[in-house]
Amino acid sequence: MSEVICPDNVLIEIEADRILDTVMEMKNKGLRLSQACAAYVNDKYELSYSFANEDTYEYTTLRVIIDKETEICSITEFYPYAFLYENEMKELFGVNIKMINFDYHNKLYRIQAETPFLKKGV
Amino acid sequence: MGKTSIIPFGPQHPVLPEPIHLDLVIEDEKVIEAIPSIGFVHRGLESLVDKKDFNEMTYVVERTCGICSFMHGMGYCESVEHIMNIEVPSRGRFLRTIWCEMSRLHSHLLWLGLLADGFGFESLFYECWRMREKILDLFEMTTGGRCIFSVNKIGGVLKDIEDGMIKTILRVLNDMEKEINTIKNTFLLDYTVESRLKGVGYLSKQQAHDLGCAGPFARASGVRMDMRKRGYAAYAEIDFEPITSDIGDSYARCQCRIEELTQSIDIIRQAAAKMTQGEIAVMAKGNPKGEYFMRVEQPRGEAIYYVKANGTKFLDRMRVRTPTFANLPGMLEAIKGAQLADVPLLILTIDPCISCTER
Repeated sequence: MSEVICPDNVLIEIEADRILDTVMEMKNKGLRLSQACAAYVNDKYELSYSFANEDTYEYTTLRVIIDKETEICSITEFYPYAFLYENEMKELFGVNIKMINFDYHNKLYRIQAETPFLKKGV
Repeated sequence: MGKTSIIPFGPQHPVLPEPIHLDLVIEDEKVIEAIPSIGFVHRGLESLVDKKDFNEMTYVVERTCGICSFMHGMGYCESVEHIMNIEVPSRGRFLRTIWCEMSRLHSHLLWLGLLADGFGFESLFYECWRMREKILDLFEMTTGGRCIFSVNKIGGVLKDIEDGMIKTILRVLNDMEKEINTIKNTFLLDYTVESRLKGVGYLSKQQAHDLGCAGPFARASGVRMDMRKRGYAAYAEIDFEPITSDIGDSYARCQCRIEELTQSIDIIRQAAAKMTQGEIAVMAKGNPKGEYFMRVEQPRGEAIYYVKANGTKFLDRMRVRTPTFANLPGMLEAIKGAQLADVPLLILTIDPCISCTER
């Protein structure tokens, strides 16, 4: 499923179990991981992994929507520098990411609140 | 093989105006590995979307950083404007371009001064910061502020720059161009500066790509990526090419930033010449619904503003990915293999902004 939200912003929604295959495709295309972030909308996590083509400036975002309890694989196997993004998603939103290759165990930011970006009551 | 030990670096250190900590694994005087710790001053600005509406968020986002605050505000506004299909009037787009390049001048001069201070060249530090003051004076003249400007709004800008002010800006920049040539000669030809920068902290083009580096840090390794080429604000009407180098060391990073100073002056001149009279903003009607990833070229590199809006005045999510956040892995790689004494300078060469990173 692909939806163009702007000429240079392509959003592709994928299932959680396809994340590693799809990220590997992006890696094989020579794309740079530009950012990864989480949002909590309608009682689900929306995870966004954005990949940029350095020559054409095309921008593709993989969107994975998961329940609060669902575990998702880390993409640090393919993009080692994703560890900062994934630690942030885990610490601020409580996304259940497994096998992060350098897991700060919720101590990337030195804040006392647990999952401070999740809306209260969740 | 020498003895391995771990040296803590930061969060308080003379070269660090803001806190970051590294555990440096060293063998004799050579760094084998660097493990970063951030989060000493995390503010959670992004979570304010629950309390501030999408218009008020403009002023929250520009407080992400006190150096590139204008670009933060603009990047956020452009993201919302994309979602709402708002076309900013031509003059508003040119005004944004002028302030963007003034921000780049101010930021690069600040960085050059810090670099000079880092290797102990105090008079060069004073010279760079003296020039930077002139840019801050221009900001004060045109916006009323020297740090936070609050001239962006959804739909354009809040203040115009009158013709008289444009003439003053061009006159100041003409004078500054000559001074830039003087400091350029010192930074690039002085043997004491060369000896501290050349061959230090090498990062290849492939490494810069593989580690997701951005901005002058990546361009100094040959990555030809400059978000201004995407044509936001009025950059589509400006003639310029990204400044790159194939050398990939600290000297190349310094060279790229110095050349970007004269490039910024040229862009301001082009913008001033092409800017026509007219409206500076349009009224934004309704609430945004949709999402967009806006990418702008800040002085330190690509910054990303993700906005997800639900049709109410409060956003579902606003996220800023700052260039320093992207450049940290590259910095750790550049530090590997370096001498312990070069670590402070190497950290400086990515032009770290911890305030942005800890948004």
